[in-house]
Amino acid sequence: MRAWLYLIAAAIAIGVVATPGLAVFLLLGGTPDDGLVASFGTLLLVSGLAVVTMRDIIRCGLAMIVCFIALAGIYVQLGAPLVAAAQVIVYIGAISVLVLFAIMLTQTKSGSARLVFQTQARWAALAAIVLALLIGVAVYGTTWPDLGPRTAAATEAIASTLFSDYVLPFEVVSVLLLAAVIGGVFLAKREDVTGEEPTL
Amino acid sequence: MAEQLNTYLTLSGALFAIGTFGFLARRNAISMLMSIELMLNAVNLAIVAFGAFVPQLQDRGAVIALIVIAVAAAEATVGLAIVIAIFRNRRTPLVDEYDAMRR
Repeated sequence: MRAWLYLIAAAIAIGVVATPGLAVFLLLGGTPDDGLVASFGTLLLVSGLAVVTMRDIIRCGLAMIVCFIALAGIYVQLGAPLVAAAQVIVYIGAISVLVLFAIMLTQTKSGSARLVFQTQARWAALAAIVLALLIGVAVYGTTWPDLGPRTAAATEAIASTLFSDYVLPFEVVSVLLLAAVIGGVFLAKREDVTGEEPTL
Repeated sequence: MAEQLNTYLTLSGALFAIGTFGFLARRNAISMLMSIELMLNAVNLAIVAFGAFVPQLQDRGAVIALIVIAVAAAEATVGLAIVIAIFRNRRTPLVDEYDAMRR
């Protein structure tokens, strides 16, 4: 019985995602690209809202994976397949798994954990809406100079730029990743009994 | 619609606002970190969109986005390690119960 419920829920979710794309494609006379962008954008925003509003934090983590998948699709639409591949590998493959492990390590059964939001959630919603409106006004009120048509960047060009003009940031990022690995291991390692407890 | 920069910038701004709400409103520290990831991804989307539409930024947009992804990975590692270290001492992931500096 529950399996049927899950199937129905999945069908509803697919419908919610596919409807804007089909509406843009068929009714408004857009190109297939328009339909795909509408579908991926809907998936992105719906799953993003699910990340911040759902009660069960494991489901929040899974919704975050869906959000990253939608973003990877939009990157492919934008003609950046290398960034989309990095998004899938780093975010979906590494960061999401890390977040899910951290969720499972910090699950508590206390009753107060049932309250999802802080007491100032109302003001936070207001601030977020004001921020979204400000960004919208800024985006639509600006005429961007020297915009060209949408073009895809060749991967060879990306590679040569990364290893010629941007080689210093590349090296700095590698040092940063090394420092992050060492710092993460140091912070998360269990103190031995004789050693001093870090006071946090 | 798919050929306009404003579409992608609007998506990016909406996702950033959603992340802001999550960061300000959630009680769980890991939920706050997930909201920060959403905000970083929104900024990345804006960077890639500018790279696709501005000819001078043709391949630089993708390079900057890759570097931001690497920095986000480092941030997630250290942030989750800090959350787990605090959880080991305080036995709760809820940020409103971290009141050691208020007492």
